[in-house]
Amino acid sequence: MINDSMVLFEVFIRSRRGLDHKHVGSVHAEDSEQALEYARDCYTRRSEGVSIWVMRSEDITASQEDDSESFYDPSDDKPYRHATYYKLPDAVNNM
Amino acid sequence: MNETAKQTTLDYTLRLADDSLVLGHRLTEWTSNGPFLEEDIALSNVALDYIGRARMYYAYAAELSADGKTEDDFAYLRDERAFRNLLINELPRGDFAYSMVRQLFIDVFNSMYLPKLMQSNDKTLAAIAAKGIKETQYHLRRSRDWTLRLGDGTDESHRRMQKAIDSLWGYTHELFELDELEQQLVVQGIAVDSTKLKAGWLTHVEGILAEATLKRPEDDWAVRGGRSGYHTENLGHLLTQMQFIHRSHPGCKW
Repeated sequence: MINDSMVLFEVFIRSRRGLDHKHVGSVHAEDSEQALEYARDCYTRRSEGVSIWVMRSEDITASQEDDSESFYDPSDDKPYRHATYYKLPDAVNNM
Repeated sequence: MNETAKQTTLDYTLRLADDSLVLGHRLTEWTSNGPFLEEDIALSNVALDYIGRARMYYAYAAELSADGKTEDDFAYLRDERAFRNLLINELPRGDFAYSMVRQLFIDVFNSMYLPKLMQSNDKTLAAIAAKGIKETQYHLRRSRDWTLRLGDGTDESHRRMQKAIDSLWGYTHELFELDELEQQLVVQGIAVDSTKLKAGWLTHVEGILAEATLKRPEDDWAVRGGRSGYHTENLGHLLTQMQFIHRSHPGCKW
């Protein structure tokens, strides 16, 4: 039973020092402290983590599928934005 | 270690093992019955911590045993009267408030008991305690949180918490009593002198209860007997559940 006062949190875990926090899933909890404990119980029991972040799912502003034309298509005809577009002079050899 | 010393250390180790196993089993009863999925997983994790701890104690008991007993023999083939757990561990799981209050009382107790056991002259017991204390710190964080949340929550949750506290309080006195066997081991620097932990436990628990707007009951009744093998009727039922597979398929492996 998930009661009304429970909020959905997204969980991010950094598995090793030097790596980024990675999204691993979500938990329901009453507040962020409790979310942190549940994140620990649900996602780090096999010692996957050195650091956990939780944030309210509702605080995420996400791009929509419908936006994909305006978001990503304009890049398709601008190949010069990719490094592979440029031919290296032979003198440079391996960069 | 001579034979008598081995036997007393074995008896003491079994007591600690029985405490962990019986409470761990009670907690597994929440698995698939938790109030919601996240808490279900969290409680099952705590249960696993206790059962893991019980296994370490039983394995050590098996090592000390003169007649080649195994950890399974201790867990599955002893009857009620041979179990030496403190009574508070065997009481039925009750509602969620009841289970959380019991965890709070035991977690605060363990948070003081295990650091002392870490200083035991028995190196194995000290090592098991060192592993257990980290788990206990986390358990206490959870049970303290729940006590505050439910005690200072709705009228209904407050009422259930207070009821749980009142019905468990009389079982807490036994935590701080030593019989002859433990007194003897305290003198040898092996067992923990739990009589010395009571004042600190009370201060800690009273602080949390006050913060949670809950009342500490009067000390007007006490139940004891677990360390001598005198149990409530609940342990027998628990053992039939826990032991029947092993007893009906002796030596079964899966």
